[in-house]
Amino acid sequence: MKFTRRILLGAAAALLALPMAQAPVQADEPKAGGTLIVGMQNTPRHLNPAVQSGTATGFPGAQLFAAPIRYDDDWTPQPYLAKSWDVSDDGLTVTLHLQENATFHDGVPIKSSDVAFSLATIKANHPFKTMFAPVESVDTPDEHTAVLNLSQPHPALMLAMSSQLMAIIPEHVYGDGQDPKAHPQNSHDVVGSGPFKLVEHKPGEHIILEKYDGFFMEGRPYLDKMVIRIIKDGSARTIALENGEIHMTSFESLARNINRLKKNENLTATPEGYAAIGPLDWLAFNTAAGKTADVNVRRAIAYAIDRNFILNAIMLGTAEEAKTGIHPGSPLSSGDVEAYDLDIDKANQILDDAGYAKGDDGMRFGLNVDFGWPSMKPQAEYTKAALKKIGIDVKVRASADFPTWAKRVSNHDFDMTWDTVFNWGDPVIGVHRTYQSTNIKKGVIWSNTQSYSNARVDELLEMAGKETDSAKRAALYAEFQKIVADEVPVYWTNTLPYHTVYNNSVGNPPLGIWATSSPMDKTYLK
Amino acid sequence: MKFLKPTLERLSYAILLLIAVLILNFSMLHLAPGDIADTISQSMGGADAETMEQIRRDYGLDQPFIVQLGQYVWKVLHFDLGYSFFYNQPVTTLILAKLPATLLLVITSQVVALVVGVLLGVYSARKPNGLASHFVTLVALFGYAAPVFWTGLLLLIAFSLKIPLFPVAGMIDVTVEGGFFAKAFDIARHMVLPVIALSSIFFALYSRLCRASMMEVLGSDYIRTAKAKGLSESKIVLKHALKNSLSPVVTLAGLQFSAVISGAVLVEAVFSWPGLGTLAFSAIIERDTPTILGILFFSALVVIVGNLLTDLVLRLIDPRIRRKG
Repeated sequence: MKFTRRILLGAAAALLALPMAQAPVQADEPKAGGTLIVGMQNTPRHLNPAVQSGTATGFPGAQLFAAPIRYDDDWTPQPYLAKSWDVSDDGLTVTLHLQENATFHDGVPIKSSDVAFSLATIKANHPFKTMFAPVESVDTPDEHTAVLNLSQPHPALMLAMSSQLMAIIPEHVYGDGQDPKAHPQNSHDVVGSGPFKLVEHKPGEHIILEKYDGFFMEGRPYLDKMVIRIIKDGSARTIALENGEIHMTSFESLARNINRLKKNENLTATPEGYAAIGPLDWLAFNTAAGKTADVNVRRAIAYAIDRNFILNAIMLGTAEEAKTGIHPGSPLSSGDVEAYDLDIDKANQILDDAGYAKGDDGMRFGLNVDFGWPSMKPQAEYTKAALKKIGIDVKVRASADFPTWAKRVSNHDFDMTWDTVFNWGDPVIGVHRTYQSTNIKKGVIWSNTQSYSNARVDELLEMAGKETDSAKRAALYAEFQKIVADEVPVYWTNTLPYHTVYNNSVGNPPLGIWATSSPMDKTYLK
Repeated sequence: MKFLKPTLERLSYAILLLIAVLILNFSMLHLAPGDIADTISQSMGGADAETMEQIRRDYGLDQPFIVQLGQYVWKVLHFDLGYSFFYNQPVTTLILAKLPATLLLVITSQVVALVVGVLLGVYSARKPNGLASHFVTLVALFGYAAPVFWTGLLLLIAFSLKIPLFPVAGMIDVTVEGGFFAKAFDIARHMVLPVIALSSIFFALYSRLCRASMMEVLGSDYIRTAKAKGLSESKIVLKHALKNSLSPVVTLAGLQFSAVISGAVLVEAVFSWPGLGTLAFSAIIERDTPTILGILFFSALVVIVGNLLTDLVLRLIDPRIRRKG
């Protein structure tokens, strides 16, 4: 099967020129200039996404650093720092042809050796080891060609080379022998490769970015300046949006605030743009110990918990239903799975058949439920109420803070827990880790803390990880989703309702698959 | 000379207290399950076992507790508060960068609360059963009873959203250009709401206390004598009575200094005020132990200095304390 493609520069520009579907006939022409003020909840540790993952660093990181590839509106890779690329027929060599006029913010040209250096740094320091694990070496035949040699075909590579996941950092700055994770220029005097350069960074307060005049895409970015203000309090962010003090926020997930902002006619609140980040809410089970080791117990619990109640009463209609471990916005998500629609009688029947008799008090046995985020307390309380109907006495265990909960769950000291976990683009990066038996690692949160182990699942994931034919790959993932839904190590309920909220004066808000973790060179102020 | 001996005595207690605070804080933080490796992996969206171990090794968390404690105390005695795990910057730098904002907020609030509290206290003590006095009592009790973050949010909704007079968050608007006065005006504008929120709790205490002690003093013999001598009412109240009724208020103000700092944590969180409170709040959530310890150490220092100053001021305004030594 051929995976060869060569996309020339200009495709992105052509895409941009297409008017948006809902836009009026006299479509807004992007305007240059202006200062965009964005509110952000989380404080980034520093601004170098090559050694720090997560959406807090991802937002400023994607503005400061360019990646070889970008994804805009959909899952089609677009040229960025790589103006085109070739994949060999056996899928083992990927050749990137770099932009010839690209420079770092200090004016030094971006060379293929910087790509090789960036990849090596990411491989050594980034927590997502599966992203570049098959990359064995990078050849640099000339200054503008980088050849990635793989040990096996690696379809996840395209997503792994995009957005915040593969920031191209200058070797002459970050390759000075200091530990890249603690490099002083991760926070200050950052030398980037992206559309914006750093003016000022006050940790926990604000990040001020300015248009980089030498950016390799002609005429971009449109904005002169971007000010990222850190406002921790959700109510304060909401008021700041309402009175126009900030133009935009992203990753808003509190249903109450979202619904309030939706009513404001000057603002638009949309869940569009988080498909690649792919946040899923779920109830995870300990499949190795206790009553939840019995698949019948897990199935009964899944039937007894009403997904619709969570969607309507807790998420207030802001979230989307999720039936599998792959985000419904991903082309690999499959609908052909057992969905466990509410059925109390069936749940009771399953438990009766499995030999869990009800005691005199109407209860069969007791279980604990934990929750990883304070905002998930309602789900935990609801679990207690819902499972009472099938004779399971649930105790809600609160944790003082995230590390307390992480300690419990990562050491497998739990029966079931509510959690939010991200897909991070390709399933190889963010999905496999939850189900692969090789990833049962005590002490590591968001590994396979369910201790779920199924030889066929392991085999399917292994095959899908290196299948380059997209139809075959989708079929492998479909079978995986069916098995996992049948054995329910995790009961998925909904997507976390991340929303981007922006003032209507903002043109081209970042609503591609990577939300604000993608370059905002096309965003402008009307 | 009269001040020196008691001051030195208090200073030595203070140093002992600081070391005790240090050891206690370190031990208590160590008792909490989980550590920075968990929060770093959280901020990264998950990490593998190798990375977690590396983080723990980097920050010396794999060492036994007593070694970590010893190293920490030793460093602090050398005026080194260590490195923030989360920001990878020296804790002292972080704290010193945030301290001015907090001091500005806390001291302004304290002064506003004191001045307004004393004035209204005196006013309502003169006609304790008048309508105005009851109104002051009502406002004071409301301010005292309402949680400060709630007061803060109410102020935001009223004066940032419904009547957009003041900004919602932060201390400065980075887009404001101009000289010193433009910047000072901008900061003042940002300060109004947080200062009102923070002083609302303390205003109640001071006005109530001042009212009570003023009423007591106004009923005493020497005031009657002053009245008999034919002095004007305002002279009696401001010159003779106020001085004597102030000393409990000053004592309380000194003691409350620690409470103002803890109140500042909440107010700073609501108004995104870039001070120590915001730093403390995120450091706790991120389990950034050196930063938490550094802030606690600094707060202890501020409280101790505040108490010492209270002591000195009391001696200055009240000769009775001066004599007792």
